[in-house]
Amino acid sequence: MPAPIRLRELIRTIRTARTQAEEREMIQKECAAIRSSFREEDNTYRCRNVAKLLYMHMLGYPAHFGQLECLKLIASQKFTDKRIGYLGAMLLLDERQDVHLLMTNCIKKLVPQLVRILKNLIMSGYSPEHDVSGISDPFLQVRILRLLRILGKGDDDSSEAMNDILAQVATNTETSKNVGNAILYETVLTIMDIKSESGLRVLAINILGRFLLNNDKNIRYVALTSLLKTVQTDHNAVQRHRSTIVDCLKDLDVSIKRRAMELSFALVNGNNIRGMMKELLYFLDSCDPDFKADCASGIFLAAEKYAPSKRWHIDTIMRVLTTAGSYVRDDSVPNLIQLITNSVEMHAYTVQRLYKALLDDISQQPLVQVASWCIGEYGDLLVSGQCEEEEPIQVSEDEVLDVLEGLLVSNLSAPVTRGYSLTAIMKLSTRFSSVNRIKKVVSIYGSSIDVELQQRAVEYNALFKKYDHMRPALLERMPIMEKTATNGPAEIVQTNGETDSTILDTKHLPSIIQPASQVNDLLDLLGGNDVVPVIQTAVPTKPASAGGELLDLLGDLSLTGGPTPTPAPSVTLSQPPFLLDGLASQPLFNDIAAGIPPMTAYNKNGIKIEFTFERANPNPNIAVITIHATNSTEADMTEFVFQAAVPKTFQLQLLSPSSNVVPALNQGSVTQVIRVLNPQKQQLRMRVKLTYTHKGSPVQDLAEVNNFPPQSWQ
Amino acid sequence: MMRFLLLFSRQGKLRLQKWFMAFSDRDKKKIIRDVTQMVLVRPPKSCNFLQWRDLKIVYRRYASLYFCCGLEQGDNELLTLELLHRYVELLDQYFGNVCELDIIFNFEKAYFILDEFIIGGEVQETSKASVAKSMEEADSLQETMEEYLNKPTY
Repeated sequence: MPAPIRLRELIRTIRTARTQAEEREMIQKECAAIRSSFREEDNTYRCRNVAKLLYMHMLGYPAHFGQLECLKLIASQKFTDKRIGYLGAMLLLDERQDVHLLMTNCIKKLVPQLVRILKNLIMSGYSPEHDVSGISDPFLQVRILRLLRILGKGDDDSSEAMNDILAQVATNTETSKNVGNAILYETVLTIMDIKSESGLRVLAINILGRFLLNNDKNIRYVALTSLLKTVQTDHNAVQRHRSTIVDCLKDLDVSIKRRAMELSFALVNGNNIRGMMKELLYFLDSCDPDFKADCASGIFLAAEKYAPSKRWHIDTIMRVLTTAGSYVRDDSVPNLIQLITNSVEMHAYTVQRLYKALLDDISQQPLVQVASWCIGEYGDLLVSGQCEEEEPIQVSEDEVLDVLEGLLVSNLSAPVTRGYSLTAIMKLSTRFSSVNRIKKVVSIYGSSIDVELQQRAVEYNALFKKYDHMRPALLERMPIMEKTATNGPAEIVQTNGETDSTILDTKHLPSIIQPASQVNDLLDLLGGNDVVPVIQTAVPTKPASAGGELLDLLGDLSLTGGPTPTPAPSVTLSQPPFLLDGLASQPLFNDIAAGIPPMTAYNKNGIKIEFTFERANPNPNIAVITIHATNSTEADMTEFVFQAAVPKTFQLQLLSPSSNVVPALNQGSVTQVIRVLNPQKQQLRMRVKLTYTHKGSPVQDLAEVNNFPPQSWQ
Repeated sequence: MMRFLLLFSRQGKLRLQKWFMAFSDRDKKKIIRDVTQMVLVRPPKSCNFLQWRDLKIVYRRYASLYFCCGLEQGDNELLTLELLHRYVELLDQYFGNVCELDIIFNFEKAYFILDEFIIGGEVQETSKASVAKSMEEADSLQETMEEYLNKPTY
């Protein structure tokens, strides 16, 4: 076949065409020639043919058959070929083509060459025109390092080929000038991104550590940024530099302070929480207002996760509220209130400290809101001077009311805060004896200009007059609120004096789905009109006279806090029975019901079910029954499911069981928690249905439980 | 990749602007305004890097001029400082002890030098001698005043 025509000639020929059709004809002829030339695997003219193809592509004609040829050109050793090959790849390919993959692999094979070039750059002598402060061509070096990073990402072989040179660059580069540091920085980034060996990673982190100690601000900034990126993966290594990072918090430069703050939050863990928190609180005191909001939120999160004790947690929160109170985010107020409610034994201490803080300063709204809420709730503890944690202060009822009234009239209080304090005053009417004073205050605000206050005051007034009999019940202590967020129960256990968090590790128990069908079966079988399906107890909606925030809290609060047993499994974590099962201290339920004896509800065919009782405080209408199922036969009972139904006047909720295998020979038991709401104090009756598989065959049984001890429902 | 390079004086007057990515006129003006304001308020001893929107801003002050560029997240800030320094060296080599006045009166030459050094936001020529040689060649192609007047345009 004759030699294909040159590129220039082709271009000249095509330009002589006078019509579109003529041009198309010429191009098609040439394309055919090129195609047959490609088929012949002609090495000599491939470069020329691809160049012609690119020209035709530019005119708008299809040229996809040239892609593979580009690959071959790239693989060739000749520079001219490579040049055209890369150009073709750039023009003809995109991510969707398969040839693209082949090409990437081809480039990957270049790695040894790249490594060699880099080595030469480092070892070679002085080249004046490429030199920057004694380092030859840093721009090229950084470029090669960047390319190595892209090639090595996710690829073991390439990464291995690079290990040596990276180590060499890292150790040999001079760090006295910025240039050297620039190259080191790029090296560190590369090491972090490729699949490097651990020794190399440690080297990289050490380099970053050295950067941190450098006097130059830029270098410290760069180090902090990179550490932030690596802290997720190499947490332990970064921990070693924690003290330096914490020192950076005190730096004068704004950018550095911000980075150091972010990094500090990432480094906080259970071991260093006390020390870190001290530093962070100090930082919060002295930092710019822009930082305060972020810092405060960060501190709250860290405290929530790692607080070593409840008292420490509350102290920390108090500190944040008093120093950066006005910068705290709005949603932290309800979170804090919930936290305080849950630390039952700290109530007296908390309210005392909050009261003292209020005496000092009423300008920080979140602090004032939390404080007035607490005083409203726990005012009686404050006045009786019951605090064990610190020196109890002598406060009279009148002084407390003075403070709360002061909040109402002060110009510094936001309307929301005024609402809080009015509600607090109202709540104190059941806890204090000076009811008349409270009545007077409430009636004054019945004619307040602020509509919200007016509404509250009018409703509270009504509470005093017409509904006085309901007042104690309405205004009694708030029950423990369970967070609907994912770390609700876990958090409570952790703050309870460093209990073993592994018990409660978010072992998301299978959301208790009492499918409607199962329940209906129960209904059918029982056939009675007086049984109702297992439903979640809805909070009896308290009249709107409760304060707005209280209503919100109540809205979130479900007395039982468990998932709805409707077919749609709810997101809220059910209260794992582990909490009740085996933990010596039960922070959630005051065991007033210690006196209720356990009973055997069912004992047949080797399976025995025992009920033990607690009373949920503060609502005495809820009986909490824990069933313990044991198996005295020689075979395990698997797929054990316990269901219960109660008469219509009751409401029942079944939480998830600890497991559904009852081990043989009384080796263990399955526990499950049932909560029964009994507002009318009727005698408790229950029908139970058991299903399980025993020795390979399924077993089903129904029974009625009538022998509840009178104390359980009275 | 560098998105833009700006040179401005201590009073905030723009001396050079190079955009490596397409922005509308409004955007350009806004960027210039914002970046200039941000950089000019920085205290003298502070860090040369800032975070702004999704870009890293790297700046350096040389005498009365601020050299400022906007980088993408993946770029090496320390190297960019070197890059700015290299640009200043090139200017210095060309003009001989360059000062702000040189850049004001010969801004087109400053652009030419920048174009020899950086293309599309990336460094294209790392050799100082090469850049100097290209500038020399291009300059030699420029006609003298007499030649200019006598040469036909077409």
